[in-house]
Amino acid sequence: MSFINYASREINCKIVYYGPGLCGKTTNLQFVYQKTAPEAKGKMISLATETERTLFFDFLPLALGEIRGFKTRFHLYTVPGQVFYDASRKLILKGVDGVVFVADSQEERMDANIESLENLRINLQEQGYDLDKLPFVVQYNKRDLPYVLSVEELRQELNPTNVPDFEACAPTGEGVFETLKAVAKLILVDLKKGR
Amino acid sequence: MANPQMVMYDEEFKEINVVIEKLLREANAKVIFLVDKNGQLISGVGEVERFDTTSLASLTAGNIAATGGMAKLIGEKEFSILFHEGEKDNLHISIVGGRVILVVLFDSRSSLGLVRLRVKKASEELTGIFERLLHKAEEKEKGGGDVESPFAEITDDDIDNLFS
Repeated sequence: MSFINYASREINCKIVYYGPGLCGKTTNLQFVYQKTAPEAKGKMISLATETERTLFFDFLPLALGEIRGFKTRFHLYTVPGQVFYDASRKLILKGVDGVVFVADSQEERMDANIESLENLRINLQEQGYDLDKLPFVVQYNKRDLPYVLSVEELRQELNPTNVPDFEACAPTGEGVFETLKAVAKLILVDLKKGR
Repeated sequence: MANPQMVMYDEEFKEINVVIEKLLREANAKVIFLVDKNGQLISGVGEVERFDTTSLASLTAGNIAATGGMAKLIGEKEFSILFHEGEKDNLHISIVGGRVILVVLFDSRSSLGLVRLRVKKASEELTGIFERLLHKAEEKEKGGGDVESPFAEITDDDIDNLFS
């Protein structure tokens, strides 16, 4: 849940990037980190294995500016995508304000995408959240690779509720900020409603 | 929802800072900060500018979440105190009122025993303040809802400007 501090006039929101292993969650954060002005970002923390697979989470704090005199901060987290890190994934979803599901567009990863999305829904339920009521966007990543499914095919399986979705190529940054902006916007609209 | 929204008001913020500043002095600590279980920094006192408190806050919450997960696996509710010993600096991490994490950073000028003792007393005071705060936030939500919400009037332009 977002944290509103009337004393320091700040609002903090937590965004979690979810998705199957090697779909590009960390790469999304790395691109945001690279392209954000130094004064607007904190240190990016990656708790990863020696082979650079996410072990616990990546964390990137962003201070985007002010809305109505309140400093608006977004804390971006990724989860470890590998199936056996499920206990860690559950922990990171605690207090989430918005979710980005990063899908791997490659045909051979479709089953992994579906499994991960199902896992997201279950883990959210365990924490008392309903994915359909949370600010939620989908990103179809790795559009530059060969043997990718069409966006229509991906959408049919991964976005039946028609939330905002984006094509992306995370290493070059295509679609990365569009995705982030969309989920941030949904979170702020939610706040506006006073939820 | 799993947790009600965390809100902090001026009055309680000041009260909290009084308690942790007192704790800083009495425990001979270097830095003390309070973190929401979701990893958001609530307040910090002492030599805060020397440390990356945002990152510390996030990792502390991750740490508490991970040890909490371990606790459940062995049939405990949670581990309410964690202690990390370094060569020079140490961290004493404890859960206050089930919701907030109190972090005390101290070196050889203090001791674990002293920190534990002082933290215990301060925790009781902080628990009271946070309970009142939660109650207040709930009351405000019930009575008239978003009357005071500064976000009720944000426009699409406000949101778009953040990303310009």
